[in-house]
Amino acid sequence: MADPTVNDASTTEARQAVERVYRSESRRVLATLIRLLGDFDRAEEALHDAFIAALQQWPASGVPANPRSWLVSAGRFKAIDGERRRAKHDASRDAIVEGFALRNTPPPDIDDESLDDDWLRLIFTCCHPALSDDARIALTLREVCDLTTEQVARAFLSTPPTIAQRIVRAKAKIRDAGIPYTIPTRADMPERLDAVLHVVYLVFNEGYAATSGDAVVRGDLTREAIRLARLLLDLLPDEGEIRGLLALMLLHDSRREARTTAEGDLVLLADQDRRLWARGAIEEGLTLVRQALGAPRYGSYAVQAAIAALHAQAPTAAETDWSEIAGLYDVLLEIDGSPVVELNRAVAVAMRDGAAAGLALVDAIIARGALEKYHLAHAARADLLAQLGRRDAAAAAYQRALALASQAPERRFLERRIDALGRVATSD
Amino acid sequence: MKYLCLIYEDETFWTRTPKPELDAIMADYRAFGTSYIPTGHVLGGNALQPTATATTIRVRNGKVSTTDGPFAETREQLGGYYLLEAKDLNEAIQIAAKIPGAKTGSVEVRPIMEVPESVLNLMSESAVSG
Repeated sequence: MADPTVNDASTTEARQAVERVYRSESRRVLATLIRLLGDFDRAEEALHDAFIAALQQWPASGVPANPRSWLVSAGRFKAIDGERRRAKHDASRDAIVEGFALRNTPPPDIDDESLDDDWLRLIFTCCHPALSDDARIALTLREVCDLTTEQVARAFLSTPPTIAQRIVRAKAKIRDAGIPYTIPTRADMPERLDAVLHVVYLVFNEGYAATSGDAVVRGDLTREAIRLARLLLDLLPDEGEIRGLLALMLLHDSRREARTTAEGDLVLLADQDRRLWARGAIEEGLTLVRQALGAPRYGSYAVQAAIAALHAQAPTAAETDWSEIAGLYDVLLEIDGSPVVELNRAVAVAMRDGAAAGLALVDAIIARGALEKYHLAHAARADLLAQLGRRDAAAAAYQRALALASQAPERRFLERRIDALGRVATSD
Repeated sequence: MKYLCLIYEDETFWTRTPKPELDAIMADYRAFGTSYIPTGHVLGGNALQPTATATTIRVRNGKVSTTDGPFAETREQLGGYYLLEAKDLNEAIQIAAKIPGAKTGSVEVRPIMEVPESVLNLMSESAVSG
C-alpha cells in the first residue's frame, strides 16, 4: 500500500506547482485559448477546467515539462468536450456544427513565438480604440493583469457590479462589432500602440496621482502599469515610446516615498527629501530615457521622461537645469500642443527667466479660456504672483484654485498656501 | 460581417460651401465608390435629402402620429450611408476612414445584427403557415 504521508507531500507539492504556474502562466494560456476558441467567456471556462485538470493530474503524473502548452491543450480539449456534451443535450444544428468545427480544427499551434503573439493579441484587443477608456482599463486589468473585479472596483472607487457590467459590455462589443483578435498591421501599429500606452499610463496615474481611496490597491496599480510596460517592451523591443513610457513611470514612481507626508499631504517636488527617492528606479529610468531618445522615432512619453530625468538628476531643487527643461517643453509642445503642456512650459520658463516672464505666459493661456476651469493653472498663477510680491492677487488666485480642486490633499495644500500668504502679510 | 456606415454632417455645409469645393467632394465620393465597389466592400449606399424633407412616424395605441422633421434635432444630421462587407471591425474602420464625409463630419460604423439561420428558418416557416 502506498504511504499516505508521501502521497500528501507530493499532492501539496503539486498543488503549489499549480499555483505557481497559475500566477506566471494563466494569462498567457487564456490569451491562446481565446484565439483557439474564438470567445472570451468560453476561453475563461476552458482555462478554469484546465487548472482543475492540472490539480487532479499533476500529483500523479508530475508537473509537465512545458506546463503552458499542457494547459492550452487541456483547456482546448475540455472546451471540445463541453461542446460535445452541449450538442448531445441541445441537438440544435448550430451546436452540432460548432462542436464538429472545433474537433476538426488542426492541432493548435503552441510554440513560444505564437504564444507571445497571443499575448499581444489579448493586449491590443483589450485596448482597442473602439472601446471607451473605462472599458479598456477594466478589461485590461481583469484579463491581462488578472486583477479581480473587486480589486478593480476598489482601485477606481467603483462597485464590483459596475465594473463587472463594464467588462461584460466590452466583451459583447468585441464579439458583436467584430473587433478582431489580431496584432495590428505595421501601418496601424503607431496609432494602436498609442491606445495601449494610453491605457497603461491611465492605470499608472490612477495609482500615482490620486491619493484618495485604498492606498495599497493604488500602489498595486502603479506596479501593474510598470509590469505591463515591461511586458510590452519585451514583446515589442523596437518601439521607442514603450521605453519612454516605462522610463517616465519609473522616474515618477521613484519619488513615491517623498511626495506625501505620513498624513497623506502633498510635498512639492522642490520641497521633497531627495534621499527618499528610489535610486534603482532612477538609474533604470535614466538608461531607458537615453535609449528612447537615441531611437530614430520618439514621442511625447520619451520627452516627458527626459524632463523627469533632469529633475531626478538634480542633487537639490536649486540645481535643477531649468533651461534644459524649458527647451524640452518646447520639443514636447511640438509633439503634443495641449494647453496643459503649455502651462508646464510656462512654469519652466518662470524658473529660467523669472516669475514675471512665466506669469505673462500663464495669463495668456488662461485668457484664451483653455484652462479656465483647471485648478492647477490658477495655483501656478498664484505661486508666480506670490513670488512677485502681489499678495492680494495671489490669494485671490489660490481661492479660485481651491474652488476648482476636488481632491482633499490638494485642497489642504492650497489652504496652507493661503494661510502662509496671510501670515507673511501680517508679519510685514 | 456587414456594417452600416452612417454619415453625419452639418447639412448646411452643402449650402454654404462654394461649388468648386463641392465638385471636388463629389469627385472624392465617386473615387471612393470606384475603389471599393469592385472589391465587394461596398454593397450599397445613398445620399439622403436634407432633414427638411424628413417625416417622423410613431404608432401609439394603434394611432399613427406624423410629425415634420427628423426624430432628434442635433448639430450633425444623417446625410447618407454605405452598407459595407468587411472581414472585421478593423477593416470596416479602415474603409470608413476613406469616406469623404469623415473629413467634414463623422461616420458612425454599426455592425448589422446577424440573425442565426435557425431563427430565419423559423421566421420563414411561420410566414408559410401564417
